[in-house]
Amino acid sequence: MEKLCRYETDRVGYVMVLPYIIFFLIFVGYPLFFSFILVFHKWNIISPMKFAGLYNFNFLLHDPLFWKSLRNTLIFLIIHIPLQIIVALVIANILNQKIIARGFFRASFFLPVVISGVVITILWQQFYSFETGLFNTILSRIGMTKIPWLINTKFAMPSIAIMATWKNVGLYIVLFLAGLQAIPSSIYEAADVDGATARQKFFYITIPMLNPTMIMVLILSTLGGFSLFIEPYVMTGGGPINSTLSCVLYIYKQAFYFNHMGYAATLAFTVAFIIMIVVIIQRKLFETEVYA
Amino acid sequence: MKRIIFYILLLIATLIFVYPFIWMTTASLRPEREISYLSPLSRNFSFGSYITVFKRIPIVRAFLNSLIVSSSITISVLIFSSMIGYALSRLKFKGRELIFMVILFTMMIPFQITLIPLYVLMVKLGWTDTYQALIVPGMISAFGILLFRQYFKAFPKSIIDAARVDGCSDFGILYRIIWPNSIPALVTVGIITFMNTWNNVLWPLVVIRKTSFMTMPQMVVLFTVGGQAEAQVGVQLASAMMLAIPIVIIYMIFQRHFIASMAHTGIKG
Repeated sequence: MEKLCRYETDRVGYVMVLPYIIFFLIFVGYPLFFSFILVFHKWNIISPMKFAGLYNFNFLLHDPLFWKSLRNTLIFLIIHIPLQIIVALVIANILNQKIIARGFFRASFFLPVVISGVVITILWQQFYSFETGLFNTILSRIGMTKIPWLINTKFAMPSIAIMATWKNVGLYIVLFLAGLQAIPSSIYEAADVDGATARQKFFYITIPMLNPTMIMVLILSTLGGFSLFIEPYVMTGGGPINSTLSCVLYIYKQAFYFNHMGYAATLAFTVAFIIMIVVIIQRKLFETEVYA
Repeated sequence: MKRIIFYILLLIATLIFVYPFIWMTTASLRPEREISYLSPLSRNFSFGSYITVFKRIPIVRAFLNSLIVSSSITISVLIFSSMIGYALSRLKFKGRELIFMVILFTMMIPFQITLIPLYVLMVKLGWTDTYQALIVPGMISAFGILLFRQYFKAFPKSIIDAARVDGCSDFGILYRIIWPNSIPALVTVGIITFMNTWNNVLWPLVVIRKTSFMTMPQMVVLFTVGGQAEAQVGVQLASAMMLAIPIVIIYMIFQRHFIASMAHTGIKG
């Protein structure tokens, strides 16, 4: 009888999900709840919390550094996303042909993805160094003027965006490659019968059929931009003149340099809200139905 | 002929992604004044920069800390996430769908929002500068649960039923029957969890201040940013090399799994 009942409700299921429920309550639920409280308080973590109403949000609206960090993220995304998609798409298309040693090429493009951002940043900091950096050494060798990669407010954020593209593009190559291989060859064969050119096939079959991958790349890059932290932390400390101050770096500074816990939580809360809005807008704008 | 040009261009593109690491390896072995040379070669190769790193910071301790933290989290994620994934895919109980929805919801929460309150929680628990702070918040992964749930759904029901008839408990079914037959899922979750934990630097920077508990990326960052490297590029590159080598070795062994895992999930490090 006991055995039969088991198939109705598996009580052991509760035992098995119990660790998750405890984990969720402590490390997700409580922090979420507490962040709702924190945003209405002033708190330096040592003395008691002081209720401040909407002070933090009001301060945020008039905080030039908050807007600056958003603008910097926007600059990062405007360079990073198109560059990422174009490079990844081109290389994925090349790797999708019948070529020798495809595994080797794929593994090479993927190498920077698995290596810590800390390593990449330290390496590129040398490349970008004004006097002795590799890039400027090459530039002056071929008779061009040196570029102030990290020490000019106009160049610093684009430099970081280029480095981030170099680090991440391998992942997107692999994602596009998987997307390309999922397109049924019968569609291309049908297009061949109708006399379509390679160009037409690319723009009228490949691009539309890759839409789900494209959305994924778009969203992952956006999340990456809003999570940018260690690159400016190591390379520039957010400078010159806050031109590489990213959202997370600003939250980190407010929380751990100035001990403004309430305000840092408010910043984080607002940034998280903006991320969700941006992702929803991106989906609305770019997601199309794919018929396969 | 066209084919040859094609391969030459492809090889150049590949070099753009690989050569920096070759350059870094040799630069870390060159004396300081030769580092800005383009050529990877030198007559004066030495381990001087590495010896300096060992002398100035307890990098071995940091390596062990990283190993302890990354391994504990990976093992824990495999055990717990597969258990929860199993319950959500093969057991029937009230509230199952609710828990599934909650997990989906948690995956959509940007980490920024919980960062500060989670730090406050660590302070309240007295966990700053402890291993618990580094390990416990990572012990269960929502992504792991979803992947295992999906994978276990396809496991043949007849085998599970047969094991039940033989009196095997659900824990026995999961760990002794399903696990040995789910190696690809275990490898995928294991690799992604280990790599993400190994490379994570923001969380250690938040909860650890004492040198003896620092993880390797954190120590290398503070060594480079702080004054200890004394702006010597060779020494900075040597410390970065030591941070990269363990993951590169694992990548060389499990290369195919790495790429397949991350292509499958779209999760990046």
